[in-house]
Amino acid sequence: MKEFKILAVVVILSLITYWGVEPFAHSQMHKHVVGNEFNYDGKADIADATKEKLASKKAFWGEVNQIAKLPGNAAAGEALFATCMGCHNGAGINMGGVVPPNLDHAGNLYDKKYLIALIKDPAMASNVDHKYASTMMHPMGAVQAMVTAPQQIADVVAYVKTKKVGKLTPKVAYEEACGRCHSNRYGGLTQLGETPKFKTEKEALAHQMKVLDEQDLVKKYMGKLPPDLSIMIRARSEQYMETFIENPQTQLPGTSMPRVGLSKEGYEAVKAYLEETGDPSKDARHAIGPWVILFFVIFTVLAYFWKKHHWKDLH
Amino acid sequence: MAHFDEKAKPFSHKWLNERMAVDTVKKVLSTEYWIPKDINFLWAMGMILAATFGILIISGIFLLMYYQPDVKTAFDSVNYTIMSEVGYGWLWRHIHGVAASVVFLVIYIHMFTGIYYGSYKRGREMIWLSGMLLFVLFSAEAFSGYMLPWGQMSYWAGMVITNLFEGFSPTIAGGVANFPGFVEWLRGDYVPGQAFLTRFFMLHVFLLPLAIIAVIVLHFATLRLPHVNNQKGKEIDFEEAAKQYKHGNKKESKVIPFNPVFLSKDVFVMGVYFILFFYLVFFHFEFAMDPVNFDPADGLKTPAHIYPEWYFLWSYEILRPFNKDLGLIAFGFAQVAFFLLPFLDKSPVVAPANKRGLFKVWFWVMIVDMIVLTVMGKLPPEGIWTIIGLVAALVFITLFAVLPFITKKEKKA
Repeated sequence: MKEFKILAVVVILSLITYWGVEPFAHSQMHKHVVGNEFNYDGKADIADATKEKLASKKAFWGEVNQIAKLPGNAAAGEALFATCMGCHNGAGINMGGVVPPNLDHAGNLYDKKYLIALIKDPAMASNVDHKYASTMMHPMGAVQAMVTAPQQIADVVAYVKTKKVGKLTPKVAYEEACGRCHSNRYGGLTQLGETPKFKTEKEALAHQMKVLDEQDLVKKYMGKLPPDLSIMIRARSEQYMETFIENPQTQLPGTSMPRVGLSKEGYEAVKAYLEETGDPSKDARHAIGPWVILFFVIFTVLAYFWKKHHWKDLH
Repeated sequence: MAHFDEKAKPFSHKWLNERMAVDTVKKVLSTEYWIPKDINFLWAMGMILAATFGILIISGIFLLMYYQPDVKTAFDSVNYTIMSEVGYGWLWRHIHGVAASVVFLVIYIHMFTGIYYGSYKRGREMIWLSGMLLFVLFSAEAFSGYMLPWGQMSYWAGMVITNLFEGFSPTIAGGVANFPGFVEWLRGDYVPGQAFLTRFFMLHVFLLPLAIIAVIVLHFATLRLPHVNNQKGKEIDFEEAAKQYKHGNKKESKVIPFNPVFLSKDVFVMGVYFILFFYLVFFHFEFAMDPVNFDPADGLKTPAHIYPEWYFLWSYEILRPFNKDLGLIAFGFAQVAFFLLPFLDKSPVVAPANKRGLFKVWFWVMIVDMIVLTVMGKLPPEGIWTIIGLVAALVFITLFAVLPFITKKEKKA
């Protein structure tokens, strides 16, 4: 029938245009980065390494992969973990530019190999060694002198992976992994966490001052204030988020953002929080959408019969 | 003085008829407004546009209740207040955003339907011109609305587009077409800022919708005398055909009344359209809400790629491959080219393009060229894309330049 032919032409031309300006154009505008399923084996670091760094990166990740094979002793690790508590104590005090993260859910949040690498050399693990003349200068660099033997590292990581686990809510995951550098104002979070309720404006302003001071420290450490993540989930594509969080250098070469080493579980929890603050209507959309569409399907069927009724004696 | 029946009940049919001639109005505008019978679903695009405009107004009113035109709060009033705090605020926003994008798809279909069937000439020039005026007003409405969320793309698109009003380089023709200070006057500041946002807010929610409503009325009025075109471009004696229809010879008559016969088909097509529309609103709205605009406006950070929404891409691409002054000329040409169509088409034939010899080629090359320009307008101007874009822009200009010559040769069918 003629009308269907015309419809086909209109639909095909519209779809070609859509394909051109959306999937195709975006595939050309953004470089394609392949993720590594949240496995941290140094493959990408070695592939992207400069000539000078290549040998050290290879050696570093080779050792990490070796340590990963050692059976760790969680009990021995617990004793060593006391060393970590000096900084990772939940006191919320800025050290060298950033508040050391609370490690209560580190076992869920972070990948095993990443933790090994981090204890071995934090700057190399987080792939920001380009920022430092010596990786000892990293705020956590001193750990290299504190936990040194491969077996020690394996033990601490075994302890973290078995004992520092718990129910990982999206919000906790976000606060521990991202919240010390990135605010999330739609979630009511600053770099100092949730803002308490104050009785007087003066107290509120005093707290604001503390937040600004903290932001200044982070700014000094990172070069600029890291962006607020309230609706980042809508500002970047899913693929970008995933590959960027796994290895920031792939999407933004030279960025001062460290790789945080999220496990798949950790990433899913963080993503859930970003969706909660940035795209809260998702469930409602999926619940209401089909009913609205059903309404218009019925509307269209009825309209079709109405049309038939009026047009039946015209031809 | 007319006769008024004193006994007629206030607001009764008779009472109203004596005062407002409601029966006559109804006949003229609806039950005896004759539409050709030989039409297809493309003739429903006008009503679909009217419906979509209605949706834009209604959703816009709800958004307006919470939107704050302040550079400090605009972004969060849209992305937080409306999206998270207001009940169903997200629904109104998605409806508004998707409708603003889809309305242009329907406008383009409507426009190219008119071009294909030759519905812009022989008495229908004013329909075309008022329609093109609507296109310009809708473009301005879309652009001003795009400023309001005050995201990165709002800010930088606002910057780029207002920059165009600087005019030509001061070295051209002694600088007569260079307007120093004009851009600042438009913006109310050196860069887009509070004054800029507030004036675009005013344009978007008041002046432009008002102008659009007025021109829609004009557009309808221009249709009444020349009547709607039909699939074959046949001239119809509407009075004769109407008489036939009214006498019950509906089969022989070439016309149908607007209400309810034409409307019943319109409503059916509208139903199909709304299924698609709400599918997009609920499940596929990303195409209408660019990710870049979910980053708040930052005058110190230029986005890696600045591009307009898809419906402006073709004219953006006509501007882009040239240097500043040539680009401005080409861009200006692109804006007025379609207005000139009734006067550039020298053929008296009103028929579908496929029956019009060389014009058939012209039409389909134009369609392909518009799509190519649209896609190239979004791609980064690098390597082969720049060349394809330049060729497509030149083809566009050439098409309008040769139109009078190829249509002059056309023989009367």
